[in-house]
Amino acid sequence: MIIEIGHFALVLALAMSVVQGTVPMLGARSGRDAWMRVGSTAALAQALLVIVAFGALMHAFVTSDFSVLNVAANSHSAKPMLYKIAGTWGNHEGSMLLWVLILALFGAALAAFGSSVPPTLKARALAVQAWIGVGFYLFILFTSNPFERLAPPAIDGNGLNPLLQDPGLAFHPPFLYLGYVGFSMAFSFAVAALIEGRVDAGWARWVRPWTLAAWTFLTIGIALGSWWAYYELGWGGWWFWDPVENASLMPWLAGTALLHSAIVVEKRDALKGWTIFLAIVAFALSLLGTFLVRSGVLTSVHAFATDPARGVFILALLVIIVGGAFALLAWRGPALERGGVFKPVSREGGLLLNNLILTTMAGSVLLGTLYPLILEAAGGAKVSVGPPFFNAIIVPLAVPLIAAMAIGPLLPWKRAALMPALGRVWWAGVAALAAAAAGWWAAGDAAPFALLGLALAAALVVATVAELAWRIRLFSASPGESLRRLAGLPRHAIGMTLAHAGLGIAIAGMSASGAWQQERIQVQAPGDAVIVGGYTFQFDGAEAVRGPNYQAVRGTFTVSRDGRAVVTLRPEKRSYPVEGQQTTEAAIETTFWGDLYAVIGDARGEAGQYVTRLYFNPLVAWMWAGVLVMVAGGTISLTDRRYRVGASLRRASPPVPETAAA
Amino acid sequence: MKPKHRRLTFVVIGAGLLAAAAALILSASRDALVFFKTPSEIIAEPADDSRRLRIGGLVEEGSVERSDDAHVRFRVTDTVNAVAVTYIGVLPDLFREGQGVVAEGQMRDGVFVADQVLAKHDENYMPPEVADAVKASGQWRDATQKTTQETTGGVGVAR
Repeated sequence: MIIEIGHFALVLALAMSVVQGTVPMLGARSGRDAWMRVGSTAALAQALLVIVAFGALMHAFVTSDFSVLNVAANSHSAKPMLYKIAGTWGNHEGSMLLWVLILALFGAALAAFGSSVPPTLKARALAVQAWIGVGFYLFILFTSNPFERLAPPAIDGNGLNPLLQDPGLAFHPPFLYLGYVGFSMAFSFAVAALIEGRVDAGWARWVRPWTLAAWTFLTIGIALGSWWAYYELGWGGWWFWDPVENASLMPWLAGTALLHSAIVVEKRDALKGWTIFLAIVAFALSLLGTFLVRSGVLTSVHAFATDPARGVFILALLVIIVGGAFALLAWRGPALERGGVFKPVSREGGLLLNNLILTTMAGSVLLGTLYPLILEAAGGAKVSVGPPFFNAIIVPLAVPLIAAMAIGPLLPWKRAALMPALGRVWWAGVAALAAAAAGWWAAGDAAPFALLGLALAAALVVATVAELAWRIRLFSASPGESLRRLAGLPRHAIGMTLAHAGLGIAIAGMSASGAWQQERIQVQAPGDAVIVGGYTFQFDGAEAVRGPNYQAVRGTFTVSRDGRAVVTLRPEKRSYPVEGQQTTEAAIETTFWGDLYAVIGDARGEAGQYVTRLYFNPLVAWMWAGVLVMVAGGTISLTDRRYRVGASLRRASPPVPETAAA
Repeated sequence: MKPKHRRLTFVVIGAGLLAAAAALILSASRDALVFFKTPSEIIAEPADDSRRLRIGGLVEEGSVERSDDAHVRFRVTDTVNAVAVTYIGVLPDLFREGQGVVAEGQMRDGVFVADQVLAKHDENYMPPEVADAVKASGQWRDATQKTTQETTGGVGVAR
């Protein structure tokens, strides 16, 4: 019964979103307030209905209701509760339901908190948001219904893919989707602005918090996925330039560019058409990501079993949504651009450079990801595009990007001179040289890209912190004065400092672990020792252990350095009888300077020998720490008064009533 | 500088960046593009040994041998021809005989030395190249292609 209620709620949500897509749009056109207000009511009602639908499916998973096909196919009664809950979105149908849930929640958030957004813009943005929803509701109801019944009910379920039974991956899809779908808000605002024919500083300020929230979630989502791949797949790496990984990186790059270009719109009333373009592109790439993952057109490490009809449906949605938006941009865009002329050496010049590089990166990743498809469609050879391509493009482009990040924030708006700014951070250059020298000395190996990466990372962190220190007059004023200034700094400034410094820390981790990873693969008998990265890994043998829904072989490694015991690592190879699959559970000991990483493979021979893979991965923890700092930056920036959705505006182009400033 | 000229400056910088990117793409393409071959294609036209390749097909039944020095040897077949593959290390969790596999590496003296092995992880998932390789050999039967019953899963890679 509950399942039927969920199904019914989803159909009602579709009907509600049709109302939300039409009535407010017509109301905004004819200036009828009551019609425009329908948008907010419908958005809230729609969100409520999808919550009911999602809750019904989750209930079926939690109670292991195997009369539901989706539960029977993807769950099992013996599964731990966390994975029963996560199982709701650990399958195609459920994950699409999560997608529309998040879409509806974003719409409801605009309806509930967007009281300062001009009514016509709000009505139109909600209507656009609703039409995206209509497309996805139809997709779910016609091709991927999670509420389908199974008669007769199954005795027990097929279980969830054991690779996905992991806390990191349980929360990876929700965050990724919060990011992907979050860009729908920027998209809806962009299309609404095109329909209105007006983009101004106020628009940029309304659109920025949504973009920032989406960016922050997407950053968390990508990092969780990468972290999961690092410890669960047991290959010792964290990024493989796999199509599915690229699919999440492309919207991140475009979204990062959008965040920065929106600042230029807000401060200088320039780059309007470009910002609208980026808002459309960021969401288009999110949709493309969904298509690539859900259609299985590319061979991926993380591919899913797929039904071609679904891929075609998502592709059609992508073409309609994005094609329509671009057509609208081509038609209305030329009317937007006015003014918007500035000097190359200035804050906005730096931001423009950042935008050009980020979009070039996104374009290159797109080219590399789709190239095999294009070539095959053109009747050419079957190829795959590997990491050498992406590294050859992204690494050289990252150099000017990081340089611009270090120097740009020091430049004033409008017109600036490069030399005084450089003069203020000359010691960032010293830090860069010191970091490169330290890396060379510690690794004993002059990998040029890694040394360059360390140098840029150090320069970026030092220049970013120096910019903050300069703003709060650290050392030139009394400590109390500096502290007072720090407290008085706008949150978005602190957010920027953290986000930039965080990226610097992460780049140090990426460079070092990419270049100086040490790997040893061998057969070890109990008592055998192998030296990796200066650490001695002694294999003490393996034993059989039992988990809640799996059996495992657990190896024991005693790791020591210079005769002193450091840690005992216990990697496992688990077998899940229900799903008939095995997973590798790497054992990882994280230290400040690097991760000790051990994987146990197949048994060899009779004397308890096993194939083992041992790694020393330098500075990996820096990468995760850097991402956390970036996320903290995004979150703090989001709490800025200026971007608070309900905050009043200093300079609103249409006279907006000064509603309660939160 | 007139406004028009300033805008032109940005256009020139942008175009320069794109041109640089394109040049990088071209210079990278030789190493970056990995061609996919079926066992029959490899036997029909032996490839240049220095070239990185991906081969795909099914792991031949009874061909997997594990040696004591962490090497694994197996044969990849498209049901007509087969190629011997050798690989060092831990295979993907769901590497099995009779299942689809994609290996990446180089040919050396008639043996494919793989440094990366992708095997399907999901009973219902077959890498598109493998399905095409088996189809191309003319041996495609419905028995090979399992009905699409929806479960999620990944392809595991070992490298």
